Amino acid sequence: MKYQTYKTDLPVMMPYKPVEIENFGSSIKFWYLVPILALILGTSAIAQSGSDIRLGTMQTLMRWMPLLLQGFIFNVLISVMAMAIGTGLGAALGIGQLSLNRLVRSSSWLLTQFFRNAPWLVLLFFAMFLLPFEVNIFGIIVPLPDWVKATIGLALPVMANVSEIIRGAVLSLPSGQWEAAESLAYSRRQTLWLIILPQCLKRMLPPWMNLYAILTMATVLASIVGVSEVMTLTGEALAAEGGRPDLLAPFYAFVLLIFFVYCYPIAQLTVRLERKFSVIN
Amino acid sequence: METFYEWFLILYEDTGINLPFMYDDYDRGRILNGLWATIKLSATCVLFSVIIGMVGAWLQGSPWKITRRVVNFYVQLFRNTPPLVQLYFFYFAVGILIPRVENDWGGTSPLIDSFGWAVISLSFFAGAFNVEIFRSGIEAVPKSTIEAAKALGFSRLQIYKDITLPLALRVVIPSLNNNLVNLVKTTTLAYAIAVPELLYESNQIWSDNVNVTEMMLFLLFAYFILVGILVWAMNSWDRSLKIPGFGQ
Amino acid sequence: MSWNDTEPMVSIKDVYKSFGTLEVLKGVSLDVMKGEVICIIGPSGSGKSTLIRCINGLNDIQAGSILVEGQEVNDPELDKLELRKKVGMVFQQYNLFPHKTALENVMMAPIRVLKHDKEIAKKAAVDLLRKVGLEDKEKAYPGEMSGGQQQRVAIARSLAMNPDVILFDEVTAALDPETVNEVLLTIKRLAEDGMTCILVTHEMGFAREVADHIYFTDGGLIVEHGNPKKFFENAKDPRTKEFLSQIL
Repeated sequence: MKYQTYKTDLPVMMPYKPVEIENFGSSIKFWYLVPILALILGTSAIAQSGSDIRLGTMQTLMRWMPLLLQGFIFNVLISVMAMAIGTGLGAALGIGQLSLNRLVRSSSWLLTQFFRNAPWLVLLFFAMFLLPFEVNIFGIIVPLPDWVKATIGLALPVMANVSEIIRGAVLSLPSGQWEAAESLAYSRRQTLWLIILPQCLKRMLPPWMNLYAILTMATVLASIVGVSEVMTLTGEALAAEGGRPDLLAPFYAFVLLIFFVYCYPIAQLTVRLERKFSVIN
Repeated sequence: METFYEWFLILYEDTGINLPFMYDDYDRGRILNGLWATIKLSATCVLFSVIIGMVGAWLQGSPWKITRRVVNFYVQLFRNTPPLVQLYFFYFAVGILIPRVENDWGGTSPLIDSFGWAVISLSFFAGAFNVEIFRSGIEAVPKSTIEAAKALGFSRLQIYKDITLPLALRVVIPSLNNNLVNLVKTTTLAYAIAVPELLYESNQIWSDNVNVTEMMLFLLFAYFILVGILVWAMNSWDRSLKIPGFGQ
Repeated sequence: MSWNDTEPMVSIKDVYKSFGTLEVLKGVSLDVMKGEVICIIGPSGSGKSTLIRCINGLNDIQAGSILVEGQEVNDPELDKLELRKKVGMVFQQYNLFPHKTALENVMMAPIRVLKHDKEIAKKAAVDLLRKVGLEDKEKAYPGEMSGGQQQRVAIARSLAMNPDVILFDEVTAALDPETVNEVLLTIKRLAEDGMTCILVTHEMGFAREVADHIYFTDGGLIVEHGNPKKFFENAKDPRTKEFLSQIL
């Protein structure tokens, strides 16, 4: 009696792939802008019904728009700089976490954990208050204006997160890679630089981009410590307009809009990259 | 107990390390209030954001396209805009529309105070991330298990409550852990709308005593501990949920 | 519509089913009387599993009628949950709920769906587990049991709902040869107790011994049917003969 049986390894749960960014839809849904614009227009229309001779809400918003956009560009500048500094420092820290030297490894790990668990706002305050207002490098006096201190303050959590990203990416590579390199007589440093890290770059890209999006959104925190960026300017604009309550919703909605327009495509790109790289892996 | 506190006064006099919230009653009270406010804020937001996440993930499986679109829009909006701006929007823009009620001392105050708005705003912020996390957990539950439940006559809601959610939960705990830790850190934003949480009270103290360094280090240390406790609690919960026979 | 024992419990007439453009059932008819054991055999892709999944409404049909105790399954007004209380199903992949013990798996549906009292349901579940020979596995989780044991718990789970007919979808196909027998024995005992069973199976020995009637499907149609003696010894259609020669 011949019949077919097969032993199946029935998975009780399908393997879970941690997803940090949303998965639905790989194309950017432009219609999302519609509700936000409707929100801006709608709230200003409602508010409009109460006002009399003062300038219309939409016109006021239009008037201030160029300034707010300029402020936003400053936010982007801060985010780019903080990302650059944070990535550089984080890379060093991340590689330190992989060191064979126990002291280097533990102190890198400790620093990473410490800065990872701290709220971004607290680190920002930390930098603002504790960094001097000017530094003396080799006799040249370099002033540190507020926004530079804020940038450094924002670079600290970036550093910690980049360190974790690197460590996670390196650990996720199959150990066979290390063994193969070892059997080819590569030194540890050569292995790291020539074999492991190049392969990790692809894996690190999506979470790194995700981090950039988070950082960009965190730049508004600088308004709390007095740096003049888009949120501060919004506050000043509202004050200049005499604190009209009907302006609040449109202005804040507009700020939400600019960030959305900037960050949403980044998020979508990250999803696509993640999918693309996971196929190759 | 008094001698314990006095030791810090001696510390200040000898070394200049000023920790007023240890030796001074009033400051100690402030810090404890701030700590308690942070804990209250974190716990409330964690609870609501998890509920929002579960409900949102349920709605995302709805057969109606409009429901799915609304939930997706909510998720994308709250994920891609700064939480601080969301907070300001809720507190200032929406807060203006809230009716005012009479308070204890003869004036009027809004129905929802700054603490309330902080809870609302942060819960929706973290809830958006949770919707995605729960969604991916739900998708990890094999369809065949759901089918068996259907064949037994379970209704859609019963399946979600008794089968899908418990199984999905076990899958998503690492991501949820991450998100909840982030939420605890994000509660510091409530400082911007004058919620008297830990950062705010510390600010008051260092404004009075000009001991920024000490307060900063204390803050970093305090959050390190708070986050550590949360991580430990989540890990214990994870362990208690472990089903013998399958590991992840 | 009232139904009595003299009419077929399950009556399938001229059923057509397609998945998109692929037609899987091309006009299938069969009747099952109360207490009968029916085996449906055939090559893969002939539509056997699809057919029995239509009986409890997991798949819908495009044309024809399926009556279960006089109730039309295809009727859009039909409360599927009521139908599933009468029709139990055991799957090839067992599909036990991994986060519940064996006892809880069996108890769950009566408590949640039939709203039985918890203690009564528990006692009934213990009896059922004893009936399938697994009384010592009450507290075990599915991940701790072998395939055969899990399948027997699945059978007990369906029995707990007190159905009038049980559908078995290739329930031994995923098991080791050693464990196949224990499951078949359990089903045999069920049949001897008078349960109406409809099985899709490859187990010819079982079919010959236990079935009252055997149906052979190929290409979405019933090619030949008859009682076991007539079927195995005097198969008429060449396709049947070819199939039997391949597997016997």
